[in-house]
Amino acid sequence: MTRKTHVVSNINGADVEFLCEPRQSMLEVLRDVMDLTGTKEGCNDGNCGACTISVDGTIIDSCLMLAVEAEGKKIGTIEGVATAEGLHPIQQAFLENAALQCGICTPGFIVAVKALLEKEPDADEYRVRHWLAGNLCRCTGYDKIVRAVLDAGQRMRSN
Amino acid sequence: MAEKGSRAKALAGGTDVLVQLRGGRFTIDRMVDVKNVPEMNEISCSATAGLTLGAAVPCYRVYEDKAIQKLYPGLVDAAFLIGGIQIQARATVGGNLCNSSPSGDTIPALIALSAQCVIEGPNGSRTVPVEDFCTGPGSNVLQDGELLVSIKFPPPAPRSGAHFLRFIPRNEMDIAVANSAVWVQLADDNQHIQSARISIGAVAPIPLFATGAGNLLAGREANEDSYQAAAEAAQAIATPITDMRGTIRQRVHLVGVLTKRALREAVSRAKEA
Repeated sequence: MTRKTHVVSNINGADVEFLCEPRQSMLEVLRDVMDLTGTKEGCNDGNCGACTISVDGTIIDSCLMLAVEAEGKKIGTIEGVATAEGLHPIQQAFLENAALQCGICTPGFIVAVKALLEKEPDADEYRVRHWLAGNLCRCTGYDKIVRAVLDAGQRMRSN
Repeated sequence: MAEKGSRAKALAGGTDVLVQLRGGRFTIDRMVDVKNVPEMNEISCSATAGLTLGAAVPCYRVYEDKAIQKLYPGLVDAAFLIGGIQIQARATVGGNLCNSSPSGDTIPALIALSAQCVIEGPNGSRTVPVEDFCTGPGSNVLQDGELLVSIKFPPPAPRSGAHFLRFIPRNEMDIAVANSAVWVQLADDNQHIQSARISIGAVAPIPLFATGAGNLLAGREANEDSYQAAAEAAQAIATPITDMRGTIRQRVHLVGVLTKRALREAVSRAKEA
């Protein structure tokens, strides 16, 4: 049996520690060790963006990060987007614009969009589509997703 | 890494090496995360000293760096179109070079910009021009235990400009069907080309340094006839394959078109420099 590594990290604002094998991806550990199953596995090779998380403020594909690399890092997942008060404006905009069909790509999209709109709430359609090039929707519902993002940007600007 | 030799791999962004490891392309005993090695993580950029780019610096830090944007826009072109935002947060120019894919998007840009690889290993340090680094698809001059530490670029020459272009059937997130990078330096009159370096990718087992295409531009007027002649010389050394991304004929055609367009933009940048 492979010796496990002890990792101290911060996930969605909470200090956490976990044990993982050196070969395990962050995605595997989030889902199978931390029980944070909101982050989805799509392609497991960095093409689809379903497993998007934020690490120290930048978004990455968690399938392409080893869990041992989380040591000392601030990780953000879909579970950290809503607050006790309710849904995040991005989630609300996705709901109201019917920007999801099967829903597997949605957590990755929302985490990616949050990183964009927190920096650039006035991002235009071109910028949004470019930013989301690494997130695939197999139901191909891109137009509604883009509309929801532009709507969310407006909500975040007026907040 | 020296201890494990071929059974060890460096990990920077992991966007290639982790996929290949899981896919069983190789088996290893040790993976060394090099992101915390200070000299591999540095960007040092100035008009007088040039650019030293640590091999573990991710693409987004390259294209967000104000000094690099100003002095090496040809490198920014390439770093900005690798993968999507998630990939650019992890993937590195150094890793793209070490992956040594025939279609690697930063490699022609590095060649056009006269970049040099700084390699450290058990037998000391050595420097290799980027055009001599790749030896075949997925293979390069790195020996067991050796590590690409940084990539060094000479200071931008006066009246010089560079541009990189690739063709993909999608807008983003794809592997080049063909690509081309061009660097030009204009003569004092700003109308003639003093020297040029052209590199083309995805049209041979390694990214090619098209020396003939670049050399024939020396002394010629910066106009469409010259660009056409250079594009044809670049096409002449292309030996592509037909695969799922494109045919031989399409790739040869594309590399000519891309080279011409890259020349126009590089000359325009050189005039503004």
